[in-house]
Amino acid sequence: MAGPKLVKPGAKMNVSDARPDSNGTLGRDVQDVIGQQLRAMYDDLVNQAVPDRFTKLLEKLEKRDDEGKH
Amino acid sequence: MGTGVSLRDDILATLPRLRAFAISLSGKVDRADDLVQETLVRALTSIDSFRPGTNLQAWLFTILRNQFRSEYRKRRREVEDIDGRLTGTLKTPPEQQSRLEFQEFRRALTKLPANQREALILVGASGFSYEEAAQICGCAVGTMKSRVSRARVDLSEILSIESADDFGQDVQTRAVMAGASSR
Repeated sequence: MAGPKLVKPGAKMNVSDARPDSNGTLGRDVQDVIGQQLRAMYDDLVNQAVPDRFTKLLEKLEKRDDEGKH
Repeated sequence: MGTGVSLRDDILATLPRLRAFAISLSGKVDRADDLVQETLVRALTSIDSFRPGTNLQAWLFTILRNQFRSEYRKRRREVEDIDGRLTGTLKTPPEQQSRLEFQEFRRALTKLPANQREALILVGASGFSYEEAAQICGCAVGTMKSRVSRARVDLSEILSIESADDFGQDVQTRAVMAGASSR
C-alpha cells in the first residue's frame, strides 16, 4: 500500500482544509462535496447493467424451490 | 409454495441497487458479484423469514452486509491489500473521465474501516434512514449517526491526501474547497 502522497504546491485543497474544526465537524461545503461525489459514484453503479446470471439464477432457484415443495 | 412472481420481480428490481452496494462495500466488481450471488441464494432459501409488506430492499441489504462482514473477518488482509487491483477490475471507457474519478473515490472508500464504510454508503448513497441503516447493521441509531459523521471526516482526509489533484480538476469542487479553506 502506498504511503500518503504530498499535496502539490498550489493545489487548492490540502489536509487542513478538510480537517474538522474544533467542534469535530466538517464544514458544510466539504460535507456537500463528499455527499455529491458519493451519490454520483453510486448512481453510476446503479445504472450499470446487471449481469444476466443473476436473472437466470433467480429463475433456477425458484424452479427448484417450486419442485421441492410441490 | 414458491416465491411468487411479484416477489421475484421485486427482487429483480432491487438488484441494481444491491449490486451497487456490494461494489461500494468490497471495491471490486468480481467479488461484489459473488456477494450478490450468495445473497440471492440465501434470500431464496430463507424467503419464508421475509415478512411481506416489510422493506424487501433492507432485508436483502442486511443479508448482503452480513455476508460481506463475515467474509471480511476471514479475509481482512486480502481486503486491505486492495491498491492497484481495483483499476484493473472495472471497465473504464477512456472517454469517460468521470469513471476515473469514481474509481478514485471508490478506492478511498475502501480505506475506511468497514463499519464506517457501510454506514456512509447506506445513509449517504443508498438512501436509507439512520434508523433503517442501524437495523441493517445491527447497531444503535446513535452509533450509526456517529459512524456516518466519522466516515465523512476520515474520507475527506483520505481524499485530500490522495486525490487533491483529481479534486483540483473539477472547477466546481475547487471553488467549493477554496471557499471552505478561507473560513
